[in-house]
Amino acid sequence: MSTIRGRAWKYGDDVNTDVIFPGKYTYTVTDPAEMATVAMEDLDPRFAKEVKPGDVVVGGKNFGCGSSREQAAFCLKYAGVGAVIAKSFSRLYFRNCINAGLPVIQCPEAVEAIEDGQTVEIDLTAGRVLVGSHSFSFPPLPPEVIGIFEAGGLIPFTRKRLGIE
Amino acid sequence: MGKTFAEKVLARKAGKEVVAGEIVEVQPDVAMSHDNTAAIAKTFYSIGVDKVFNPDMHVVILDHCVPAANEKFAQNHKEAREFVAKQGIKHFYDIHRGICHQVLPEEGFALPGELIVGSDSHSTTYGAFGAFATGIGRSEMAVIFATGKIWLRVPETMRVVITGTLPEGISAKDVILYIIGKVTADGALYKAVEFTGPTVQGMSIASRMVLTNMAVEMGAKIGYVEPDDKTLAWLEGRARRPFQVVRSDPDAAMEEMVFDVSNLEPMVACPHAVDNVKPVREVKGVKVDQVFFGSCTNGRLEDFAEVVSVLRGKRIHPRTRMVVIPASQQVLKEALAAGYIAELVEAGAVIVNPGCGPCMGNHEGIMAPGEVTLSTSNRNFKGRFGCKEAEIYLASPRTAAATALTGTITDFRDLM
Ligand code: SF4
Repeated sequence: MSTIRGRAWKYGDDVNTDVIFPGKYTYTVTDPAEMATVAMEDLDPRFAKEVKPGDVVVGGKNFGCGSSREQAAFCLKYAGVGAVIAKSFSRLYFRNCINAGLPVIQCPEAVEAIEDGQTVEIDLTAGRVLVGSHSFSFPPLPPEVIGIFEAGGLIPFTRKRLGIE
Repeated sequence: MGKTFAEKVLARKAGKEVVAGEIVEVQPDVAMSHDNTAAIAKTFYSIGVDKVFNPDMHVVILDHCVPAANEKFAQNHKEAREFVAKQGIKHFYDIHRGICHQVLPEEGFALPGELIVGSDSHSTTYGAFGAFATGIGRSEMAVIFATGKIWLRVPETMRVVITGTLPEGISAKDVILYIIGKVTADGALYKAVEFTGPTVQGMSIASRMVLTNMAVEMGAKIGYVEPDDKTLAWLEGRARRPFQVVRSDPDAAMEEMVFDVSNLEPMVACPHAVDNVKPVREVKGVKVDQVFFGSCTNGRLEDFAEVVSVLRGKRIHPRTRMVVIPASQQVLKEALAAGYIAELVEAGAVIVNPGCGPCMGNHEGIMAPGEVTLSTSNRNFKGRFGCKEAEIYLASPRTAAATALTGTITDFRDLM
């Protein structure tokens, strides 16, 4: 779990939640497997067909801007995405990834270095992204939220906290 | 060093001193959810809890696809109704009432100094009343139903000072589009944005709501306007409970940007980004298939007055359709009483019941491939009006009316 390895799917700046998970589906597409099939539909139709477990989505600045819809985080998780790396994230998207238990990494230098289609390796424990022969480090999540992420997301975390097994 | 508004509100809720950058666990005063309440209810039950922690802090408003467009939406509404009934959530507004961000203030839940969260990104709107208000995700709302709590990062503050007298017909929408164009979509990322200055003080409450509504389009966590006599007068008879105005100390640390709007022109956000902003004259003449006048940004009575002032006694261009949706039942009643609805019908507009309509692509004005919409709403991302091959321009109500008349994007000053 602490090492993620896969193909980079690289996109530009300001990728918004409407293209990651279209608004028209927010009340009609609710099954995880189906959510995975519409992931990135309005941005990159190839993505949902070709994405493999462990693949890494790479974005520029302000990744996930727009709506609060957390399906935009969950649909990538359900599609098997191992992590999202970006130069920066919209605050709602960042929260939603943590709450979904999807590794979310802010590392502008790594984004610059990564090319679409390249293999990327991420060591979550060490806080490092490996791109070819280059290694980039990223800051750990704030201690207050790391527990949520480690529990696998906000719902399992809350369950644990309330003593519900 | 003084404290910012954001620090003060979160300190009160956290029960300790806080500084920007810190993460706190807090209990909101109000938690709003809309049609997504059904999905949130499922997540809530999946936690393994069966009683809502505090039913009275929740406000549930059905608005995103009302009345239900098909069986799936109908089922969704049904589940939301069953959930509020079972959990004893008394602040529930069914499909007749209007858009959440308009209804919540009208019902007196948007109060100065309070902490409001909504499972909708435009929950920043309530900052127009001096509340700390922000959007959260569905899982987070499910956890608030279960525990009453949420974690929030104390944001840094950015003060946006707006000065100058607005030229005739130029509105808060032109102002905020102009600012977003300058600040860009991530220019206020994670920040508390305080809108201040003489121009803001001169604005109506409805206009201030346009600013805070769209603060999220530059990445802001909250938008805020310091309450004044106008705010207090508006809240009179509406506020649900006594409140305390909270404002930043004069010496609190914050960055500042100043915008002079004395020579502002009509502005438009072009496809497919809200910060792709240009003066209307630069895109003049673009053919428009549909004009959408409505949404939580610009569906209020003053917007109707603007639109009708342009359309009065005239006919909408035969090649262009115009969909009109009042932001709430109350706005609809007032627009009826003022005669605006009748005038819009005469002009050839299609009037739809209060709600979100086509704004996020659900129904009531979905676009076809290759078509162009000019909309008074707040987002023009690809697919937003239900079709990824359609184009969306965002503008003020007055620009929308002028565009409906000519069938092409129009600078309303050319018609004056
Ligand atoms: S009117 Fe549009 S932006 Fe406003 S709440 Fe509804 S869908 Fe969201």
